[in-house]
Amino acid sequence: MGFFRQVFVIMAKDLRAEIRTKEAINASLAFALVILLLFSFAFENSDESMKDNLGGLLWIVFAFAGTLVLNRSFARELPNDCLDALIAAPISGAALFLGKALANYVLVLGVELVSLPVFGIFYDVRWARQFPELLLVLLLGTWGLTVIGTMSSALTVNIRLREVMLPMLTYPILVPALLGAMQLTSPLVAGTPIGPETVTWLKMLIGFDAIYTAVSLFLVETVLVS
Amino acid sequence: MSAVAVDGVWKYYGDYPALRDIRLEAEPGACLALIGRNGAGKTTLLRILAGFSRPGRGEVRIFGKSPREGEARRRIGFIGHGIAVYDELSAVENLTLFARLYGLPDPRRAALEWLERTGLARVATGLVREFSRGMRQRLAVARAFLHGPSVLFLDEPFTALDDRAIAVLQGLLREALAEGKTIVMSTHQLREALELASHVALLNRGKVAFDGPRTPEMVADPGYVYERYGEN
Repeated sequence: MGFFRQVFVIMAKDLRAEIRTKEAINASLAFALVILLLFSFAFENSDESMKDNLGGLLWIVFAFAGTLVLNRSFARELPNDCLDALIAAPISGAALFLGKALANYVLVLGVELVSLPVFGIFYDVRWARQFPELLLVLLLGTWGLTVIGTMSSALTVNIRLREVMLPMLTYPILVPALLGAMQLTSPLVAGTPIGPETVTWLKMLIGFDAIYTAVSLFLVETVLVS
Repeated sequence: MSAVAVDGVWKYYGDYPALRDIRLEAEPGACLALIGRNGAGKTTLLRILAGFSRPGRGEVRIFGKSPREGEARRRIGFIGHGIAVYDELSAVENLTLFARLYGLPDPRRAALEWLERTGLARVATGLVREFSRGMRQRLAVARAFLHGPSVLFLDEPFTALDDRAIAVLQGLLREALAEGKTIVMSTHQLREALELASHVALLNRGKVAFDGPRTPEMVADPGYVYERYGEN
């Protein structure tokens, strides 16, 4: 079976299991919506400086809500020792990782796309004015979050305190990607397209994704087989 | 060429050597019963043989290949302590998933065939989380045999099995041996294991204390190996 077919089989398995149980997506979505609601009461929407920080707020919500999905990624394999069966199968660690990362990507993107209209209502923002560019930033930022989170999930899968360890590993590495995504998102939700002053952040986000995807694919076999 | 060759394998957990200079071989068609007290290193050795874990030192070969190579992995079947199937998927979805991962030509057909052989055809579309313990164990057996492995690593295969699952597993193991497949199993159920075994290896605190063919004395008295070569 080809590499991409293996990736698809793993991704489909994870998505099917999550659709049946809804254990990660429900928690993540509920968390995102509650935080958006609470922050909308905490901050004054008419404050102009607040408008400049909306990208940051949005990515903080996405990063924390995303962790709830990513935490389950490899932990899902622990009951019944299913990870052993996957490691024993003749598929590469890279295919296993990529399949899981893509399933997480779909789930985290789903949470983000549901959260955006809610964000627009609570914060009185016409966020869709630069939608294609905003979508590009969401796709790139979420991939960075997903790759780092999935790798951290693999690293912490056999640790008893993995729910604590995963954010501790994920967030520090994720800082450059989150910075880039925040810097790009704030003007975009305010209706300003990506210009010469922000395009560097876009390039940095692309570079971050490429580097960490390559590193993760290279290292995952070593991480899984100790 | 040996089906399974273990050459000078050491495994450390921190500073503690869980396995110490293990040297074993199993020829094609052999059934090696790996026995020893709890903590002797049986599970650690089986996990290294199956490629789940790397030895600190030494080498393992499955038909001349590293257990992490795709060709070797296609030839390995494993039953561990867990059933290694997904509770939230149905029986047929679980087996079809693994049939796809092993690249079988008609995954669904292979899955249905093994559900039939293990007496689970009636509940093929039922979710595993709704299965009884015995049904889950039979599904685990089907998952391990699904891709027609030529080497089987079984970690305590008879522990906690119900009568029907024991019968299914023993029948499949006898069939596998008749077809020239190789079995390495760790067990505390000496009587069941020695009935099948052609060779016996006793592990004692991470070292091989005895390794040789099964003898009539062992079958007559399953405690014989422990008494003769066991722990000091």
